[in-house]
Amino acid sequence: MEHALIPPAEIAILGIPGMVLALLISVVGIAAFGYIIARRLIPLAKGASDPRFDRFPTRIKNVLLYWLAQYKQPRYRLAGILHIVIFIGFLILAIRSISLVIIGIYPEFVFPGLDGTAGTIYGVLKDYAATAVLIACVIAGVRRGFFKPDRYKVPAKYGKEHTWEAIFVLGLIGGLMVFESLFEATAVAAQVQQGAGAELIAPLSLGWLFSVVLGQVPVPALQSMHAASYFLHDIVFFFFLCYLPFGKHFHVISSIFNVIFSKLDRGRIKPVQWGVSDEELDNLDAFGVRYLEDFTWKHMLDFYTCVDCGRCSDNCPANAVGRPLSPRFISIKARDEMFDRFPVLGEIKPREPLMGRVFEEDAIWSCTTCGACEEECPVMNEYIDKMVDLRRAMVEEGQVPQSLQKPLGALEKRGNPYGKTEKKRLEWTQSLPEEIQVRVAGSKDQPATLYFPDSATSFDERLQDIARSSATILHYCGEDFGILGKAERDSGHEVRRFGEEMLFQTLRDANTQAMDKSGAQRVVTSDPHAYNALTKDYENIPPAQHMSQYILEKIQSGAIKLRPMQEEASVVTYHDPCYMGRHNLLYDTPRRILDAIPGLTRVEMERSRDSSFCCGGGGLMLFYEPPEEEERMGQKRARMIAETGADLVVSCCPFCLTNLEDGIKTSGMEGKVRIMDLTELVARHLDWDQTESPEAAESTGSST
Amino acid sequence: MSRQIFAYIEHNDGAVEDSAFELIKVAEQMDPQAQVTALLFGSGQELEDACQHAASIYPQVWKVDKQEHSYPNAELIRPQLVNLLPADAVVLAPFDTFGMDLTPGLAIKLDSAHVSDIVGLDGVDGDTLKAVRQEYGGQVHTHVHCDLSGGAVLSVRGGVFPASEGGQEGQVADKTSDAGEVQAGRRFLEVREAEVGEVDITKEDILVSIGRGIEEEDNIEIAQELAEAMGGVVSCSRPVVDAKWMEKSRQVGTSGMTVKPKIYLAMGISGSFQHMGGVKGNPFIVAVNKNASAPIFQVAHVGVVEDMLEFAPVLTEKIQEMK
Amino acid sequence: MNILVCVKRVPDPAENEIEISSDGSDIEREDLVYSVNEWDNYAVEEAIQIREQHGGSVTVVSVGEEESEEVLRREMAMGADQGILVSDDAFEGSDGRGIATILKAVAESGDYDLILTGAQSDEGAAQIGGMLAAMLDQPYASLVNEIQVQGGTKLQVGREIEGGNQEVSEIELPCVLSIQSGINEPRYVGIRGIRKVSGVEIPEKEASDLGLSEDQVGQKAARVKRVDYFHPEMGEGAEILEGSTEEVAEKLVELLKSKGGMK
Repeated sequence: MEHALIPPAEIAILGIPGMVLALLISVVGIAAFGYIIARRLIPLAKGASDPRFDRFPTRIKNVLLYWLAQYKQPRYRLAGILHIVIFIGFLILAIRSISLVIIGIYPEFVFPGLDGTAGTIYGVLKDYAATAVLIACVIAGVRRGFFKPDRYKVPAKYGKEHTWEAIFVLGLIGGLMVFESLFEATAVAAQVQQGAGAELIAPLSLGWLFSVVLGQVPVPALQSMHAASYFLHDIVFFFFLCYLPFGKHFHVISSIFNVIFSKLDRGRIKPVQWGVSDEELDNLDAFGVRYLEDFTWKHMLDFYTCVDCGRCSDNCPANAVGRPLSPRFISIKARDEMFDRFPVLGEIKPREPLMGRVFEEDAIWSCTTCGACEEECPVMNEYIDKMVDLRRAMVEEGQVPQSLQKPLGALEKRGNPYGKTEKKRLEWTQSLPEEIQVRVAGSKDQPATLYFPDSATSFDERLQDIARSSATILHYCGEDFGILGKAERDSGHEVRRFGEEMLFQTLRDANTQAMDKSGAQRVVTSDPHAYNALTKDYENIPPAQHMSQYILEKIQSGAIKLRPMQEEASVVTYHDPCYMGRHNLLYDTPRRILDAIPGLTRVEMERSRDSSFCCGGGGLMLFYEPPEEEERMGQKRARMIAETGADLVVSCCPFCLTNLEDGIKTSGMEGKVRIMDLTELVARHLDWDQTESPEAAESTGSST
Repeated sequence: MSRQIFAYIEHNDGAVEDSAFELIKVAEQMDPQAQVTALLFGSGQELEDACQHAASIYPQVWKVDKQEHSYPNAELIRPQLVNLLPADAVVLAPFDTFGMDLTPGLAIKLDSAHVSDIVGLDGVDGDTLKAVRQEYGGQVHTHVHCDLSGGAVLSVRGGVFPASEGGQEGQVADKTSDAGEVQAGRRFLEVREAEVGEVDITKEDILVSIGRGIEEEDNIEIAQELAEAMGGVVSCSRPVVDAKWMEKSRQVGTSGMTVKPKIYLAMGISGSFQHMGGVKGNPFIVAVNKNASAPIFQVAHVGVVEDMLEFAPVLTEKIQEMK
Repeated sequence: MNILVCVKRVPDPAENEIEISSDGSDIEREDLVYSVNEWDNYAVEEAIQIREQHGGSVTVVSVGEEESEEVLRREMAMGADQGILVSDDAFEGSDGRGIATILKAVAESGDYDLILTGAQSDEGAAQIGGMLAAMLDQPYASLVNEIQVQGGTKLQVGREIEGGNQEVSEIELPCVLSIQSGINEPRYVGIRGIRKVSGVEIPEKEASDLGLSEDQVGQKAARVKRVDYFHPEMGEGAEILEGSTEEVAEKLVELLKSKGGMK
């Protein structure tokens, strides 16, 4: 094809042939980029192992959904849409940019498959894409520069503002768009002037605009602009590429890998070290993450990939109540540590402990493991496993807050965090009506179903009502059930998540043994934390269910008949416990049960389902005292409950009940909003006329 | 033969401490005929005044007057006591932070038996003293037999024995020259006062503890007045701290402080075990709660079913009247 | 600085409800869980912190039954360099003086610059440290809630005294200190830490190893003997005071007075 202007490859700049210059820029650019990436990979190579090379169909599905389709982006409307525009534009323009680079060397190059009609269509598409990206960049720049959403603020203790970096990168992207369009537009303008058939340029696109503006510019000037815009594009392109791995825009390169290798097992905690069995743990020199290199390579890739978008911290309940934790800065500070210890230029620095320098102990203890951060992260970064690994190292060093040492000591000695004697695990059964027999399962008496209340529900007087309600429901259904009684130990769910792995294993093994002895066929629990432990952390035990799953099954089979709404509540809202929802995806099960109660009106909180706001955490978190906290999570949540206008909130977790009840009382909402556990509500609505033991109806759910 | 009983008397600003009035009663319980000698260490006019005060309680007062004793240092006093006391003496001292410093070593140096923190006496049978102590932070009581034949050093808990009315006209003897040199490996430097406003509820004997029943921050004053009248301090349960009405350091419970008071007055506290888990040492628990079925009544010794906001001011008034 | 810390294995008050056996001869031990005496744990932490800053060694010693080895291991997992278990049937029934006599023999068999005990233990007598110091002719301070090492010859110590005040003194080394709770924040010892030291040999010493005879320790030598345990009379549940508000308040004042609830 005849060129209206001399292609950049064929002109000379300062006596250097364009082709040589283009080649030089490309070679230098690619070499620099290759070197930078190689250096950036060094810490990953030193990191702990992490098997992420399985289940590729799922991983590819994740890439299509979370990377290509940007599934999580629109959770933040404006930022999400802008990002999608820039992302899609980038994908389209990547082909154009690569073509451009090659054209500088081979002027006749056409991207494979993009000749003929496809090329024409692509040409139009990329013109509009470039325009859209430029507009998006301008909006984003204005937003960052002038409106400064709170989410992006950097508190002094965490480091410096990075607004300039964001705007600079937006400028680079904008520059690429402008130069590309200009390159194209000058050629079109020249073609038009020369009367040759102009290439199709999409109307109203940036290139089109340029071509119109440049319509009267003499050809020699167009020629200069044509060449200049080409080389500027070339230089900006490679500069941009090499600049990416120096900051949050590394994600442009790394996010696809981050998504491919993202964690696939919700609710599970990584083992102390991948590939080391429980029996071999004693051979390990150290547990957990003390130095940067103790993180797994994938966790380090997470740090590189963090976009600094602040969505995690924006959703973090600990951050919301002023605890010294911001997940965003866990990533950013770790990334900066990686950059600092493993610089692109210069020597690798010796390792130093992270705690007290990069991370603060209390930040790490402040996490309730609710998973809101992970749910929100658009690039699928993980936090909980990192928290647990950091805690493991602190446990190893003895750096455990005094407020946690007491319950941990009690768990070791008594198998519960309260230090209560084992026989008191049965106390809650005493106030049940006579006909509801709670048997103690063991080698002599072997009921088919085991009810596992776990520590809080067994010992806390208020929460014991959940156990009694559960027993009432099981009795109503004619279930052949019992409990482990004295032999039961704390499930250890939080013990593991607080980093005391060996204690967790001791508790787990004791429960496993007791369950084995009991001969039970299945386990039901009213505690989502226990449910998560039994299904994710335990092996070789009977299949476990949460009470809500059991109840829904029985409602669906007709075994449970519910009476119309008896409570005085006019409107009910449901609070998603973290270990029901985010960690186990049981969003609908409890809602269906509520909807099965005739006459119950249900409304949703703004933060519900996967964006539910943690009540304050369970297990050991009840004992932890953060050094700073402006208010309790339960109080914040209580206000969210009140906003719905509901006068009854239902949850299905003992810790949610405790924390929210506390939150309601201490934020002056007592009398306006009540809280009940799902089991309590169901137990009170059992239609005893449809069963054989109506006398039990009188005595159920009487205690509050 | 009556035993030689000595009582170590603590004093401050020229007046003897309350323990002085109680130790003589302890001595009388051991031996009604005992000629009890008060032992006072100190210096100058302050000591002189304290000795006069002691002489109104004890028939005999020994004083050791040295500049070095102007602040009591058990390490300086102990060797001087050894010089002064007969081998088979029975020495009584208060079980407090000074007594804990003094008495165990004194018993060794005198080659005597040692019983600390005595809370009761069942009399003396021959050479055997029958005493009552507590163990496990007051959770159980024990009967203890102590052989007095080679002398004994006994430290006594404050506030459990009755106080003497006084009315003695005792003689003060200056034993300074018999007490020998004052020398020790420990030198007193200073007393650092606790920060103002900082109250350590874990060390208090009387706690007026408030819960949700206080209803409003302004009502805390009601509890404060009652605590002052009783000579105690105000502590609270979690909701009060959550509401930011009181500092975390005032919170009793498993997530707060563990307290070991003698008296625990729970006002408007329901008595969850998280709260009661912080109450140790088997105190005398009084519960005031308008809800008669509040669990606090199961753990309390005495209950009052009333609104604490109405009851507390009446109680304060009565205490001031009847004190 | 070479530091000896005396530790005791006791029923953990936080995790037990102490009940008395039917004949009153002992507390119910069947359901009890044991741990290191809380105050002793602070003492060990303090010793470790001193060693971390100033060098030396930390030795923990416990007088008691064979099971006391578990508390020694826990303290070694915490960071104590070595443990000594002193156990002999002849020690049975020792009073405070007997225990101090045994510890004196232990202290003299080593070369210690500083000996720490907890301020008190389960029996609440708060006497061992003071007795040991007197036997060794060393200076003593009780209820210590702050230690600053000043050169190699002395310490500056704070004692917790009434009213939350702190009495500051200078004390010459070698000396004996009894440590008050709250002096530091003891580090956590996990199961893994204990397993790590499970193979370390803990020497066990008997009366004869320490040159102790029956007339010095044990039941026979004891001048103070616990006869029994008992609960003083006390009613079940709350006695609800009845009457008008005024009457109830008056009754309560009388009760409070009798219980020492008025100062």
